[in-house]
Amino acid sequence: MQITSKEQTRDITITVNGQSYSSTVKVRMTLADYLRHELRMTGTHVGCEHGVCGACTVLLDGVSARSCLMLAVQADGHQITTIEGLAPEGELNPLQQAMHEMHGLQCGFCTPGILTTLTELLDMNPDPTEEDVRIAISGNLCRCTGYDGIVKAALLAAQRIRTQGARS
Amino acid sequence: MKPSPFTYHDPHTIADAISLLGSLENARALAGGQSLMAMMNMRFVQPDHLIDLNRISELAGLDVSATEIRVGAMTRQRELEFSPHIQRSLPLMQEALLNVGHRQTRNRGTLGGSLCHLDPSAELVSVAATLDAIVTVAGPEGQREIPFALFPQGFMSPALEPNELLVHVRFPLWPENHGASFVEFARRHGDFAIVSAAALILLNEEGRIQRTALTLGGINTVPLRMLNVETILAGNVPGPELIREASEMCRQVDAISDSMVTAAYRRSLAVVMARRALTTACIRAGAQKHVFETSMQG
Amino acid sequence: MRLVDAPKLEALLEESEVSDTDTRPVKTFGVNVARQEDGALLTGTARFVDDIDAPGMLHAAFVRSSHAHARIRGVDCSLASVARGVHAVLTLEDLRPFLETTELRTALPSPSFRTNLHRPVLADGETTYVGEAIAVVIARDRYQAEDAAALVEVDYEPLAPVSDCHSALDPDGPVVNTKANNNLVAEFDLSYGDVDAVFSTAPHVFRETYFQHRGGSHSMEGRGVVARYDELDDLLTVWSSTQTPQPARQILCELLGRQPHQVRVVVPDVGGGFGPKLVFYPEEAVVAIAALMLNKPVKWIEDRREHFISTTQERDQIWDVEIALDDDARILGVRGTLLHDHGAYNVRGTNVAYGSAAAMPLAYRVPAYRLDVKCVATNRVPVTPVRGAGQPQGIFAMERLMDRAARELGLDRAEIRRRNLIPAELMPYATPLKTRGGIPVILDSGNYPLCQAMALDAGRWADFPERRHKARAQGRYLGIGLANSVEGTGRGPYEAVTVSITEAGTVHVLSSAAAMGQSTRTMLSQIVAEQLGGDLDNVVLTLGDTASTPMGFGGFNSRQAVIAGNSAHKAACVVRAKVLEAAASLMKSEQELLEIIGKDVVHKLSGERLALSDISRACRGMPGFLMPRDEPGLQATEQVMIHEMTYGNASAVVEVEVDVETGAVVLQHIAFIHDCGRAIHPKIVEGQILGGIAHGVGNALFEEMRFDATGQPLTTNLAEYLLVTSTEMPPITLGHLESPTPLNPLGIKGVGEAGVLPIAAAIASAVENALEDFDVRITRVPISPVELLETIEQGRVQAEGRCGSTCSDFQG
Repeated sequence: MQITSKEQTRDITITVNGQSYSSTVKVRMTLADYLRHELRMTGTHVGCEHGVCGACTVLLDGVSARSCLMLAVQADGHQITTIEGLAPEGELNPLQQAMHEMHGLQCGFCTPGILTTLTELLDMNPDPTEEDVRIAISGNLCRCTGYDGIVKAALLAAQRIRTQGARS
Repeated sequence: MKPSPFTYHDPHTIADAISLLGSLENARALAGGQSLMAMMNMRFVQPDHLIDLNRISELAGLDVSATEIRVGAMTRQRELEFSPHIQRSLPLMQEALLNVGHRQTRNRGTLGGSLCHLDPSAELVSVAATLDAIVTVAGPEGQREIPFALFPQGFMSPALEPNELLVHVRFPLWPENHGASFVEFARRHGDFAIVSAAALILLNEEGRIQRTALTLGGINTVPLRMLNVETILAGNVPGPELIREASEMCRQVDAISDSMVTAAYRRSLAVVMARRALTTACIRAGAQKHVFETSMQG
Repeated sequence: MRLVDAPKLEALLEESEVSDTDTRPVKTFGVNVARQEDGALLTGTARFVDDIDAPGMLHAAFVRSSHAHARIRGVDCSLASVARGVHAVLTLEDLRPFLETTELRTALPSPSFRTNLHRPVLADGETTYVGEAIAVVIARDRYQAEDAAALVEVDYEPLAPVSDCHSALDPDGPVVNTKANNNLVAEFDLSYGDVDAVFSTAPHVFRETYFQHRGGSHSMEGRGVVARYDELDDLLTVWSSTQTPQPARQILCELLGRQPHQVRVVVPDVGGGFGPKLVFYPEEAVVAIAALMLNKPVKWIEDRREHFISTTQERDQIWDVEIALDDDARILGVRGTLLHDHGAYNVRGTNVAYGSAAAMPLAYRVPAYRLDVKCVATNRVPVTPVRGAGQPQGIFAMERLMDRAARELGLDRAEIRRRNLIPAELMPYATPLKTRGGIPVILDSGNYPLCQAMALDAGRWADFPERRHKARAQGRYLGIGLANSVEGTGRGPYEAVTVSITEAGTVHVLSSAAAMGQSTRTMLSQIVAEQLGGDLDNVVLTLGDTASTPMGFGGFNSRQAVIAGNSAHKAACVVRAKVLEAAASLMKSEQELLEIIGKDVVHKLSGERLALSDISRACRGMPGFLMPRDEPGLQATEQVMIHEMTYGNASAVVEVEVDVETGAVVLQHIAFIHDCGRAIHPKIVEGQILGGIAHGVGNALFEEMRFDATGQPLTTNLAEYLLVTSTEMPPITLGHLESPTPLNPLGIKGVGEAGVLPIAAAIASAVENALEDFDVRITRVPISPVELLETIEQGRVQAEGRCGSTCSDFQG
């Protein structure tokens, strides 16, 4: 391990929530730390750094991924969606609104990962069963809610999005 | 927990990757990252060089023929899960994949990564053993094939030289009317299997077992193909007594013990998982379901 | 200190009006209002401690002990000090000049202490648990800090560790700390009645031994501190993910020899606390000193591994208890011993063990009781309360004894409880017990038999035999279990709240109450808005900022709604009266004709309006002019003093299926009926219950913090330590009773921990019921499938032996 020599860096360009960002980063910087500390988008949370809790889950080119298990340099040229990008500023999308109404969050620390995971689920499966929802979020740990409120929110959001889609 | 410093390389070709692996000391290849990055973050592993394989497009993808499916090492588990070819022709892999981690980990995790990591309870490793997969490995001298039975050399030790790269895996197909079943016991959904059983059954026109394969995962440091069980089953008509007798042989296996799970427990579970997998595989292969009714419990 | 005794409580119950005396319709109290916290949390704009950034901020990484017990002969920081990006590497020696004392004395006092073991700010020549902080690296970023931390060389001289509580009392065994003579931290007994006489004559006595283990907090956000020293103001500001800002400030002042106005502790958004964040930790002191020393902001964020090895947790208890009953299955007495693993230091006191002992008999009429408790030190992370705070263990012991008695006496488990539950007509029920602070335990209100009946109904207890029979025909093993719990909540003595009408016309609420996910902001807003306009958007809160919030202790023991909530109510009522008085003067009207609606005072008849902002300004006054009231401003600070705890209760009925081939327990359904008095926000109350239930499930089936014989923690990540996920939770039916308490004007009881309390007991009861045929006894939690399968197989062998080899019940 070479402690005193200068750390290797790379120039990367990542699109986050539709906007392009170019930075020079240390190659060992995780994607989670890049989002939080380099881009100052602190909505994505770090709960374990070993890929179990799911709080750091973001969407990478539309599919969910644990940002603590990726290096920022790996996301070069890719699209990332974080909790900050789910709805225009000041608004809540149907999933966020449903989480609010169904009390799907308490301390809110796991919520960013829950939202991105459920966003992917509803994209893939607009009419999930309760079991589908529970399996989808089985890789997201929540210590506050017992999951009931989250599951109800996902089902409510799915229903509303389907109705919205049917109308438009 | 942050990884220790390393030099990062992201080759775009297999040749470049091999060249790097061959010339660098203390180098690790990064596939899906779901295991390696976690270990690096915890500093259990501290490579000086990290060779990221994710930019090598020639390493990913499926090649489907009538007799086999060839899967590139960097093919994501997600792609396998949703592939209609896998669903139709490798139902064992499909069923196993639903037990592999979670949606987020399957989105990044790869077949090659799982096989090279060789966790004793990794589902895809059991699947490869059961299907008699053939692994193709590339090194500076060219490519060589390794039957999967020879691939695991010990606890988390694949038969890979430091300068070699797993390139693809060939899965020979069983006839369409075969029955497959993957069962496992895990504490929570998506957890590593404590014990798993992967079973394949093919019946002939007389309804007798023409061919069978059974692998126990999680029971020892490498997956165990139960050849003795397969021998007992061959040529017989499937039924609960036969399956029970065959499964009971699993109690004799050499099982590992750790601080959470005893060897005795693993052996007990091996018998149960084998029975359940073999029963389901037989039924799916066309055996009469009602024959098995009373033994379908649990 | 005026304590309320039972007759007085009874009178209060009869005469109490549980809310304000007028009959205005409810605006926000008791309503499922929109949760105020959600907007920021759902959009990723909240601010947790790791989201805080300051110019020039440095990052800390701690060097932690890798030995459970060792002398530290030296710490060599030379290599680390010159590593890239490093600003400082500090040990206790470097911190001494800044410290009035090097010890953290944070344990609540008790006459039961036998040995005093206080944590040093950093290890002082000796380390007594794996994970103990020995040194700290301050560097440009966390990555570099960790690189350097790996270069710090600690010269350990390993000493024999006390590896668990069994061996702690071995007279020939090791002692946890070279400064101590033995491992007995505390011993005490809770007792009343002539227990020995009862047991010597009782017709039925049953004895059991239980091993209970609970684990850690595992809030999704770990601990964290940011400290910054401002030279201009001579102010040290510490942002800490803590449940107790005022105590933290006080401890920092004492440690650093600074005045209260020179230290400010601010609580940012907190991602869960569950108990261990109520503790003041060495890391908080160290980071604060580093900021002073280096004159730069310093941040430390706990990672998950550190949470396992350095955040306090609950752990092992060994119970040896017996119950005496008469021929009608009425309890005559309960007695026994409790051995409690206290960990390496006395960090909080005897709360957990005391809580266990005090909770045990509460739901039932127990005429005589004695529990002898020993808290012993071990070379493991210190033990302090985790959600439930020892009460689940006392309840488990009692409920398991009831099941044992039911089985021995041939009674239905619900029936034996019915005969012994404290009936509603005896409320308030004065038990002979006292809390650890010496306050009498009087069960203030509640209908325990009705609660149990509702749970049995919701859990379909009556027709379970039919379900079970059908399942058995398919070779499946179903079981049903029941448990009751009574919980002391609302730990006093106070939590001050200031309410003021600002000149902007907003209602500003200030309190040192700590929010950690339990919706404290919404709760206080609702209570205050009820009196002051009913517009939640007009309520602005400052919580947990010692520079501006009044005296208090913070969040733990399910206390903030009770204590802070009632203070907020009282303060809001006082301010309401001031507003109306001032408005009446300004509007030249009678107070009775005025109402506060939104941001205005409105005349009920004429519709005339005067803005709160105008009234507030008028109450500021001007030099030489008259004022609308005899006092300036429109504010009040109230600190309702309630010493008595208010007792909530619950009943749980759990249905399980046991796979007798694997030992797996799968939950089928949980019915949970509880009584927390009046519900301020029913949906939030439900959320608290559901979260508590999930935690209880974890304790019953999954969570185990394991160590080896040398004191090395074996479970140090979330793949090895199992938290409940969405797929393990069954359908849950909730029900509520409301027995308002006469102890506070709002009639509310705490609910934050209630969901946890009866769950492990109910699950154990259900698993035992499912495995009746195998004669399995559940005397240990968490229930491991490995051990369960072993007991099933033993039971199977015995049963087959009894009914012969033709017995067909046990196939499969």
